[in-house]
Amino acid sequence: MAIKPLKQPSSASSAAVRLSKIAVSNTHGEDSPYFAGWKAYDENPYDESSNPSGVIQMGLAENQVSFDLLEKYLEKNSSDATSSGRVSSFRENALFQDYHGLLSFRKAMASFMGKIRGGRAKFDPERIVITAGATAANELLTFILADPGDALLVPTPYYPGFDRDLRWRTGVHIVPIHCDSSNAFEITPAALDSAYSDAESRGLRVRGVLITNPSNPLGATVKRAVLEHVLDFASLKNIHLVSDEIYSGSAFSDAEFVSVAEVLEARGGRGSERCHIVYSLSKDLGLPGFRVGTIYSYNDAVVTTARRMSSFTLISSQTQQLLATMLSDEEFTAGYIETNRERLRRRYRMIVDGLGRAGIECLKGNAGLFCWMNLSPFLKEGTVGEELALWECILREVKLNISPGVSCHCAEPGWFRVCFANMSEQTLQVALARIHDFVERRRGNQ
Amino acid sequence: MTISKKAACNSHGQDSSYFLGWEEYEKNPFHESTNPNGIIQMGLAENQLSFDLLESWLAANPDAASFKRDGQSIFRELALFQDYHGLPIFKNALAQFMAEIRGNKVQFDPNNLVLTAGATSANETLIFCLADPGDAFLLPTPYYPGFDRDLKWRTGVKIVPIQCTSRNGFRITSSAVEEAYKLAQKRNLKVKGVLITNPSNPLGITLSRKELNLLLNFVDKKGIHLISDEIYSGTVFDSAEFVSIMELLPNRNNPQLMNRVHVVYSLSKDLGLPGFRVGSIFSNDRLVVAAATKMSSFGLISSQTQYLLSAILSDHVFAKKYVAENRMRLRNRHAVLVSGLRRVGISCLESNSGLFCWVDMRHLLSSDSLEAEMELWKKVVYDVGLNISPGSSCHCAEHGWFRVCFANMTEDTLDLAIRRIKSFVDSISPIKNCRNSRSKSISKWVSRLSFHDRECDR
Repeated sequence: MAIKPLKQPSSASSAAVRLSKIAVSNTHGEDSPYFAGWKAYDENPYDESSNPSGVIQMGLAENQVSFDLLEKYLEKNSSDATSSGRVSSFRENALFQDYHGLLSFRKAMASFMGKIRGGRAKFDPERIVITAGATAANELLTFILADPGDALLVPTPYYPGFDRDLRWRTGVHIVPIHCDSSNAFEITPAALDSAYSDAESRGLRVRGVLITNPSNPLGATVKRAVLEHVLDFASLKNIHLVSDEIYSGSAFSDAEFVSVAEVLEARGGRGSERCHIVYSLSKDLGLPGFRVGTIYSYNDAVVTTARRMSSFTLISSQTQQLLATMLSDEEFTAGYIETNRERLRRRYRMIVDGLGRAGIECLKGNAGLFCWMNLSPFLKEGTVGEELALWECILREVKLNISPGVSCHCAEPGWFRVCFANMSEQTLQVALARIHDFVERRRGNQ
Repeated sequence: MTISKKAACNSHGQDSSYFLGWEEYEKNPFHESTNPNGIIQMGLAENQLSFDLLESWLAANPDAASFKRDGQSIFRELALFQDYHGLPIFKNALAQFMAEIRGNKVQFDPNNLVLTAGATSANETLIFCLADPGDAFLLPTPYYPGFDRDLKWRTGVKIVPIQCTSRNGFRITSSAVEEAYKLAQKRNLKVKGVLITNPSNPLGITLSRKELNLLLNFVDKKGIHLISDEIYSGTVFDSAEFVSIMELLPNRNNPQLMNRVHVVYSLSKDLGLPGFRVGSIFSNDRLVVAAATKMSSFGLISSQTQYLLSAILSDHVFAKKYVAENRMRLRNRHAVLVSGLRRVGISCLESNSGLFCWVDMRHLLSSDSLEAEMELWKKVVYDVGLNISPGSSCHCAEHGWFRVCFANMTEDTLDLAIRRIKSFVDSISPIKNCRNSRSKSISKWVSRLSFHDRECDR
């Protein structure tokens, strides 16, 4: 007899216990207005043939431009391994739940991370801690570096997910380091100091700075001089520095990306025990579904603790095995990194030129899967309300789901993040044509 | 700069004897040919008995592990799939598998299932959803040592024990539950729920209807939650003996209570796949499901793995066959250990499930004390060469009980372990000493010089 659960009334009796404060809070951020954009896309998704007038998803930072390289690799390598060869490692692999992570996987990741940095930094597999995605890595680091009620300083604009990842279950605050277009949104010493004072005046203890390099949503690498300064600042205040380098492999040119790892090596490792790097294969390899993240820490206590905490968020050993093989294939990785960069650069040029032809400027970018578009000239007034109204208009009329700057806590209204790597070139051209028409219409109406 | 209090404390439990035994094993692991005098790992609740069934299924169905469906590549689709609602084909297959294990006496709506990276993650996530820092959950003792980390570490929630003893076979009684609740109140802790493991780890017994009903009555009266970790549900030797908490709810006709009972499951024990990190939470409360789903972002299951397992579990003929064969092999293995121990005068709690026995070594203690238990444990690890788990690491109220695993080794290794135990028992019994000249032929090795006496983390 099948017993289905009964329909439930919406609230428990007043005598019964409630859910936790965390469970009922909305710090997960999913009640934000711009989730309406996702809804609109889900209800009416663009498809080249079956729904050419649907909503084009430009709010999702996915990398779909290099799948063929991965597919070719898998084709080639699954035919090499005999079916019984694969199965005989099954037992060992299925049992492997060691939170140190597969050594072959850590070695492959360390090597891959080094290659991405053009060999200018070397990574020790023993300092790599595995996590199910960068989402988990960032939360885990926050649990380790800060106590509930403490603060992390994060430059704006920043990835909206940080509001959840750094704050939700940890109880830690984000205090923004405000950046603006006057200097291409670079982090300035004044902004750092100001953020720190801001935290102090709110009675919050600052435990660290978290930067994303290359930046999401700016799509630009952080300059060496800025990294040096942030590192000095962290040393001065005796706090941590977390560098989320999830887009490191998506810098259009290897030469333009400077990792904090390189800066530390140049300093002979001085001050490194306060530094921690987050990485993931979700963007560079386009594998968000596989949940592959890592924490690389120069601090032994952090490595040990992070490892233990990673029990809550280990990478499937099946996936570790696959990637260990793939990423230790020198020929494949070298070819992949270079080709992927080239294709992203091409896409970036396509969108920036296309937007330029419509009279729209973007921040000069050199990395990532998106561009930071400036629509402030289109706002009647520089307000958040105007920005959201424009965003809604673009969603409903132009049928493009893009991300408004306010969702990234941008201090200046009018900026939007527009993704370009999660669609075909044709679709991108369609999107650009729609934008072009939209701009023409607005000009016509003025 | 400093690290957080959480990082610096030892709530992760890593310093407990449970983990220390593992460390000693790592230093000197038994291997049939290369290290026959090494320590045999009997502290690891793994199920290695039925891999051949999975391996032959994989050999016959290579597409599932190669990102193919009906010969077509679905690599791209899987690579991009990070939806925290989980792969629908996998959730459906998992829900059906869970029902199958319960003889289809319960159905699980896949929409009320949340996927997590292992039961470790599921338990922590549920606690985050149901309790605030400083609140408490009641747990019957003895319990899985990992709970000290999983339920308390990052959540800041406390565990208050419901003491169970051998006087009644470690069964949960109303008075023990009430006492635990009072103890929590005395410590000014707000109790948010009870967490049981059914079948029990480390006892290896299924909870009786009586126990389950008294627990339901209790949580109903107090208006609190009940979490039932049913991770070992597929290891019950005779499936008829397992009663899931979910079976008892419909008859009570109490929708509010139903909303407060949550089940945790995983494929780590039943299918022997701990490396794949496959756990789940089932709850009838849509709010819990919603909150837990969002939290699962911090521990999603690899889509590659979800796909492989959906293929295995959707093969209902195979899944049914697997469950039945697996149960039988576990039953047989269990019998080998129990009879082997009985022959040397060591009894076990009568059990009907799990990957371990709850062994009574009280008569081998020099005194009824923790020190004596630790002394015996060290002898067993170093002199006998078996890593078993002392009851104190499971917060057992009585001294002298040990959890001994039997499903993570070959039968030959288990036989060797039993011979070593026999030799040990004979050697400490003055009457038997002269009789047993064979004790000399079983190799001993020098006790490790570098044993560090660490206090058990309670």
